[in-house]
Amino acid sequence: MKSHVWRPLFVVILLLVGILTFRFFYVPNDFVSGEYGFMYSYHRKSNVDEWMAQPIKYRDTGKTKMHEYCGECHSEEVEIRTEDLHGTIACENCHGPALDHPNDPEKLAIDRSRETCLRCHTDLPYTTSERKRIPGIDPNDHNPGSECVECHNPHNPRLEEM
Amino acid sequence: MVEQLAMHVHGEAWTVKELFVLPNEYIYWSIQIVMYPFMTGLVAGAFVLSSLYHVFGVQKLKEIARFSLVFSFALLPVAMMPLMLHLQQPFRGIHVMMTPHFTSAIAAFGIVFSTYASIVAAELWFVYRQHFVLTYQSLEANTSRSGMQNLWRLLFKVLTLGAMDLSHEALEKDHKAVKLLAGIGIPVACFLHGYAGFIFGSVKANALWMTPLMPVIFICSAVVSGIALCILCYVIVQEARKFMAKRKLSRWANDPNAPSYEKLQGAEKQEVMMVSDYLLYFMIAALTLELLDLIFRGYTQVKSWDILRTVIMERDFVAIFILQYALGNVLPFLMMILPGRNVRRTTIACALVLFGVFMMRWNVVIGGQAFSLSFAGFMHYHLPIIPHDAETFKEGLFGALTVIATPFVLFWFIAKVMPPFLKEESH
Amino acid sequence: MQRRDFLKNSIYVIAGASIPLSALEFLDPREVLAKNPSIHWAFLIDTHKCVGCGFCVKACKTENDIPLEANVTRTWVERYVYTKDDRRYVDSPDGALHGYTESRVDLGKGEFKEIDPENVGKAFFVPKLCNHCLAPSCTQVCPVGATYKTDDGVVLVDRKWCIGCGYCIMACPFAARFFHPVEKVADKCTFCYHRITKGLETACVNACPFGARKMCNIRDINDPVTKVILNERVGVLKDEFGTKPQAFYIGLASEVR
Repeated sequence: MKSHVWRPLFVVILLLVGILTFRFFYVPNDFVSGEYGFMYSYHRKSNVDEWMAQPIKYRDTGKTKMHEYCGECHSEEVEIRTEDLHGTIACENCHGPALDHPNDPEKLAIDRSRETCLRCHTDLPYTTSERKRIPGIDPNDHNPGSECVECHNPHNPRLEEM
Repeated sequence: MVEQLAMHVHGEAWTVKELFVLPNEYIYWSIQIVMYPFMTGLVAGAFVLSSLYHVFGVQKLKEIARFSLVFSFALLPVAMMPLMLHLQQPFRGIHVMMTPHFTSAIAAFGIVFSTYASIVAAELWFVYRQHFVLTYQSLEANTSRSGMQNLWRLLFKVLTLGAMDLSHEALEKDHKAVKLLAGIGIPVACFLHGYAGFIFGSVKANALWMTPLMPVIFICSAVVSGIALCILCYVIVQEARKFMAKRKLSRWANDPNAPSYEKLQGAEKQEVMMVSDYLLYFMIAALTLELLDLIFRGYTQVKSWDILRTVIMERDFVAIFILQYALGNVLPFLMMILPGRNVRRTTIACALVLFGVFMMRWNVVIGGQAFSLSFAGFMHYHLPIIPHDAETFKEGLFGALTVIATPFVLFWFIAKVMPPFLKEESH
Repeated sequence: MQRRDFLKNSIYVIAGASIPLSALEFLDPREVLAKNPSIHWAFLIDTHKCVGCGFCVKACKTENDIPLEANVTRTWVERYVYTKDDRRYVDSPDGALHGYTESRVDLGKGEFKEIDPENVGKAFFVPKLCNHCLAPSCTQVCPVGATYKTDDGVVLVDRKWCIGCGYCIMACPFAARFFHPVEKVADKCTFCYHRITKGLETACVNACPFGARKMCNIRDINDPVTKVILNERVGVLKDEFGTKPQAFYIGLASEVR
């Protein structure tokens, strides 16, 4: 190996060693291939726990235990809701995510805007969709500009007074 | 809840959606992703040209071969620039070399690029070792050196890597090494650009990109662009040298051994005529493959054909058939194949070819994002001209111009250390 | 030894040896667990029930910190309107973040198409999200191992490692991915991994008033949603790409993109 032709190779090897050394310190040591093999699940293992630790915002549990979280304190509003009408709508859809309520925030905002109700109650002429079964209005005709809750009880629209 | 920031979705600034485009679809891969295969294509093409001399011993290509090799080296760092400008997290770019996920074509980048860079650097070292040693020795001999000259001396000393032997045997070993490296380098150069084609060709989600022909098309058009660029630059440099020789302008022109105007003119014509033949061969190959792909699509008419036809034949008709095929392929081809080919005609043809190759990259990258995955909508790309934030600069006209200008700037500096036209002939 | 005895003994040995060996094959717990983790998440969408209210989109963006005013979303709802004169219109204004409050269809570039109610043939809504495919092309093309499929079947993105190249976004046939405008890395639906791993429902399933969205552990054969997926006629989107989506649809029309 006395010949000078090998010298560029030595330089390359030196650089390679440098890169590998850097890699040893830089790359976290928990890179693995998961259940689905190298192709589909090569990852840094601790990332899974990082995603699991993301904070939960919506607290009400949904269909299986209807309004369980909210009903603890707000039983009155929960009880007047009926299964066939607005009882199926999660409280947090209009009241925003509970986060750590009642600690923080102390009060949840109430979305009284017309647009919220129009999401379902704009009359759309689609007979082949569940949409048609929802009583709807033309937003340009029916009291344009006012909030729906001025006349309709959002918790149970069958009730005559607010 | 969420702060009200000036919400800037990447791609929104230069995408206009028409009809039904899915909510998350934007032109994410814009001008810099067009520049990247263009620049790596030039790298690969320039190297293949220089290898034609070093490996196949085509003697008449000697001058342009060395020029191409140095230029290929100047292009190398620039190949990385478009990627760094495109990444949303450029400082994490090194991750590609740290945890390469080899099922991804882009992961090949780290290995292939490093290998190729090593080969070119090593080959250049062998070609210029004699020059390094002689320059170092002459600087060493000069006892009254300035500060600047001291730095040059140090630089050249390092560059020799301590190999000072200039005997005939040592130089012979250099020649052999160059031949070997140039030989190994050709498949690596093909890989460097073939994988770029694979990046696109393997995306099954994109109806325009998905074809096994893509890597081969990219390689052929890369060689075409590399050769065309080298011819163009070589002619420009020769014209400059001729100008200086005629008017005895620069230091080297006044040297009694300097080539005369007539000699330069003769060399220019010879080299350009020879190389343009190779250009023609590769142009035929590239065009054949592209047309084959188009014909197959039009014949088989799979689900995506309706929207692709609208994009190719109507919306992008000018960009594809007028700019890329007519101006960028057919016209230069005719210019070079018709009798009476001369240097001037070839030079103009090469400029047109480079434009054609650029349009090919544009039509693949941007064209592939011109239609929605829904096959029921279109997206239009507006190249940002006047930048109003970092993103529209990086991924706009000025970002592209920066990428184009950089190799020439680098070449100017590199040529001071490794001059493409040597007085002393080492081989 | 006689040849007969030798053969007889050999048969005994082979038969004897094969029993424990095959038992090992049958009972190796590691192999059984590895090939069949006890949880594998799947999603069920009933397009008959979706009314296009968009509460799911709003809930998802709120739960997962996707800025409401940014024009990207982890989930969205599409509207398909077929007219009696054989024309088809598809739109998804803001991904249905604000629901559908107009009958006119959004054609993009500020143009709209008014549709005569008498002219409407069939019309329906199709919610979409990441399908968390079994063979996801997006994880295949990530150059750095930043996006991957977890052992329980959820495809996630490592925000600290993603370099923002966008290859996964280009490789997804369903346009489920995008660049997060604040984090500046790739992002997409995570099946609310932080919720499902604690026994809660995803934000979108929780928000849907009509039960159009449901989720299950497909390894749990007693789960009613699992029973639907395994027993009813369900479809998936863009089956031809071979990514094996795990979001199943009831009532999927062939024209759905």
